[in-house]
Parts: sequence; C-alpha cells; structure tokens
Amino acid sequence: MSFLEFRGVSVAFGRYVAVEGVGLRLAPGEFVSLVGPTGCGKSTLLNVAAGLLTPSEGEVWLEGRPLKGLNPVAGYLFQQDAILPWKTALDNVALPLVFRGQPWREAREKALVWLEKVGLGRFPHHYPHQLSGGMRKRVGLAQVLIANPRLLLMDEPFAALDVQTRQLMENELLRLWQEDRKTVLFVTHDLEEAIALADRVVVMSAGPRSRPIGDFPIPLPRPRDVAEIRLTPEFLRLHREIWDLLRGEVMRAHAGA
Amino acid sequence: MRGLRVRLWQLGLLLGFLAWWEWASRTGRIDPFFFSKPSDIALRIARWFGTGEIYPHLYITTLEMLLAFFFGTLLGVALGLWLALAPSVAAVLDPYIKALNAIPRVVLAPIFTLWFGLGVLSKVALGVTLVFFVAFFNTYQGVKEVSPVVLQNARLLGARRSHLLRHVYLPSAASWIFSSLRTSIGFAVIGAVVGEYLGSAAGLGYVIAQAEGVFDTTGVFAGMVVLMAFVLALDALVGRVERRLLAWRPRAEGGEG
Ligand SMILES: Nc1ncnc2c1ncn2[C@@H]1O[C@H](COP(=O)(O)OP(=O)(O)O)[C@@H](O)[C@H]1O
Ligand SMILES: [Mg+2]
Repeated sequence: MSFLEFRGVSVAFGRYVAVEGVGLRLAPGEFVSLVGPTGCGKSTLLNVAAGLLTPSEGEVWLEGRPLKGLNPVAGYLFQQDAILPWKTALDNVALPLVFRGQPWREAREKALVWLEKVGLGRFPHHYPHQLSGGMRKRVGLAQVLIANPRLLLMDEPFAALDVQTRQLMENELLRLWQEDRKTVLFVTHDLEEAIALADRVVVMSAGPRSRPIGDFPIPLPRPRDVAEIRLTPEFLRLHREIWDLLRGEVMRAHAGA
Repeated sequence: MRGLRVRLWQLGLLLGFLAWWEWASRTGRIDPFFFSKPSDIALRIARWFGTGEIYPHLYITTLEMLLAFFFGTLLGVALGLWLALAPSVAAVLDPYIKALNAIPRVVLAPIFTLWFGLGVLSKVALGVTLVFFVAFFNTYQGVKEVSPVVLQNARLLGARRSHLLRHVYLPSAASWIFSSLRTSIGFAVIGAVVGEYLGSAAGLGYVIAQAEGVFDTTGVFAGMVVLMAFVLALDALVGRVERRLLAWRPRAEGGEG
C-alpha cells in the first residue's frame, strides 16, 4: 500500500488550471524528487499534500484514507522563510513541542539537540535576522523534524544557497533521512539535486494543465555523497536520460511565458 | 560622535529659541501680555511645584489619561484582534466603526459631561473614544499583515487557535500596536485636557482654562510645558518597553541617540 497517493488531482485558480489529473504514489520510506519547469505547479501539489489547499477535483490519500483538512503527519519545509522572526533559533525549534503541550524547559532541551544536529549548536539565542539564509533554512529543517513527521514535504529548500552550503545541506538531509527513513516528497528545479537525493525522480510537464510525464527510478547505491555521486557514469547516464524529457518542457514553459 | 553633535544642536536650538523669546519680550518686540516670557513661565512652574498647588491637578489629569489610555487600548486591541480574525463580523460592523470614528470627538465632551458628570469619568470616556480607534485600527492592520507562510507553517506544526494568537498574531502585530501606543498617549492627554477645559473643577486643562479666563498667558504656557514634559516622559517609558519586547527586530537606521 502506498503511503501517500494523489488520485486524479486537479487544481484550478479561477479559470487557470494549474495541474490536471495528477496521479502519483509514494511508498512508505520512499524519497521522491519532483522536478519541472518554474510555474508548473510543484508548490501547488505540495500544498495539496499538506492539506493547505483543497483540489478542485480528485483527492489525496494518506495511508489508505482520503485526506481531510491539514495533513497530520506532514512536516513542510516551505520555499520561503517560514520560521517566526520574533523567536530565537532555539525557541523556533522548541515551538512544535510546546504546541503539543510540553513545557518550555523540556522543549528547549530537545530543541538544542536538534540545533546541534543541523550544525547550529552555537547559535541558540540568535534571532532569524541575525542568521544567514542557509542558517535560517536549517532552523526551519530542525523545526520541522523535531515534531518527527512521517511525511516530509520540501519545496526547493536549498535553492537560495550557494553551491558549497547547498551540498553540505544536501548531505546533512540524506544523513538525517537515513536515520529513520521518512517518506519524502522533494521539490526542486535542479535536476542534479533531484537525482543525487532521490529513489525516484518524477518529471512534470509545463503548465497549464501540468501533470507528471516521466517517472525514473534512481538505482544509485546509498549512503551517497552528493558531490561525489555526480561524477559517476551511472549518474551521468540518468541525468542525460531525464534531461532529454525535461528540456522539452523547460523550452515549452519558456515559449509560453 | 555624531549622536553627541546632534544632541548639542538640539540643545542649542532650544536655548537659542528661549533666549530670543526672553529678549524679544523684554525689549517689547513682542507683547509680554500675549506671549509672556520664559523666565516668568519657569518661575511659575517652580512656584506650582514649590507650593505643591499643582499636584492635585497633575494627579487628576494623570489619572484620567492613564485610565483612558489603558481602557482605550485594551478595548481597541481586543476588538481589533476579534474583527481581524472573524472577517464576517468585521464585514458587518465595518460601516458602524467608520461612522463612529467620523464623529469629531470634541462634540462628545458636553454629552459625556451630562452623562458622567463633571468628574474624572467624563474625561476618561472622552479619552477612550480617541484612544480606542487608534489601537483598534493598528491592531487590525497588524493582524492582517501576518505573513501567510508563517501562519501556515505554525498551523502545520500543530498550533491551535490560542497558540496562533499568542505566538503569531500578537507578536506580529506588536510593532503596529506599539506605534499606536505612542500616538494613543497623545490622544489620551487630549481627551483628558479637552474634557477638563470644557467643564471640570480640577486638572491641568482646568488650570489652563482658569488662567485663560483672567488673561494670564504665563499660566497657560506653564500648564502647556508641564503637560508636554509629562507626555514626553510617558512616551520614553513606552519606548523602553517597546525596545525590550521588539528586540527581535533588525535595528532600524538612526533611532534615538
Ligand atoms: N494562489 C494562486 N492564485 C492564482 N494562481 C496561482 C496561485 N498559486 C499558484 N498559481 C499559479 O499556478 C501555477 C503553478 O504555481 P506553483 O505551484 O507555485 O508553481 P511551481 O512551484 O512549480 O513554480 C503558476 O502559474 C502560478 O502562477
Ligand atoms: Mg514553487
């Protein structure tokens, strides 16, 4: 049985149909990357999976049941900064536990452990505006992971980072994922990142009426190092194969825009 | 130091103005009967405090304005939160709020005197009608401006309504509420003094009205100076609290000293 399943999901904004008839299944513990040209509806699909957006047609199924309202097992790392600017890094990470009724003291102790896991153990009392973009993303990651969600939705989380920080974060993500194998739906417009991280890469067509048009298993061995794996012949072969399909969509999106 | 230079200029400007006023008044370039002079005003203030005759009036005005400030803010913030979070209620009440706010408050003073008598209550009522709308509109605006992504993130992390209020809406609206507090102090003073001025038996507004009644411009100016010092002191107090509570914000350019 699949853990998360899109069944004939369509989303329209007014008269603009962003995605149409999307079918997609994620097995438990699977890491799936979703790639596609900008504006094809990747964020829209994540919002649907999180329960923030109700599809105009179709449903999302979660562990064999249709999803109603907010997704209770999902952690969502948004494309934009979503941590609270008025709370310190530590309090931001502690917050999900406080929402679940734990006292602040206890929550902060656990939060500090998570800050250390994402390499921010030395900055617990910094406010978001005092941290760099990459550090804020890590706070966001720790904040999402501390609640131990079984489904992780990530929307171009590393897009704004420089190459070095980015590879660091990608490896960190893989290491954390290796620990308990959550189901991950990872959105990116960077094909290399998609392949390096995932078990499967799904390609979306250009919008409007976008839907998945390609589904590629990534049989690269784990554990992986994202920088090294990019140099292997198998990676290059996969990259060429998927890019052949993706390129056409990117061109179409470009022409349409 | 730039801060020091600015301070020196500020002080110089004040002293220059006072010296010019004193000189012009003494040499008959302006009529002392209409404009008094700084030395007389200073002497008058010193006498007021020396004999203690000003204290009862100061006490009454302070009481009135603090009460107006407190209740006006409380009501404004509460209603602002409520309407911002219940758009349907806001839609219904909107024209009434606009209509009430369109009433020039001064015309209410005689009615409040009729309803609540010549004492403290009628002045507090007048102050509340002024302070309330400032606090209300700012709170409403502040809540409306909460970043939707931050809000969705908090909800997905498990925040319930009370959590959202405490950790998202209020802190986000805080900078609006604080800027409204500083305006509110001025309005609370206006409510108290105008009320006293139009009909009362005590308070700084009463003192000023009495002085005016006998063409004692020195008394009028002295009353104004005491009021001014008072508002500045309160404003500084609010500023301090604000800096503490809004420590999370990036430091604005310039600022105080
Ligand atoms: N709230 C909205 N209202 C109207 N149009 C929207 C809204 N959200 C997204 N869209 C449109 O839907 C399409 C898909 O958007 P999105 O999911 O953000 O794309 P992606 O994340 O793949 O770049 C875009 O054309 C975008 O303009
Ligand atoms: Mg997007």
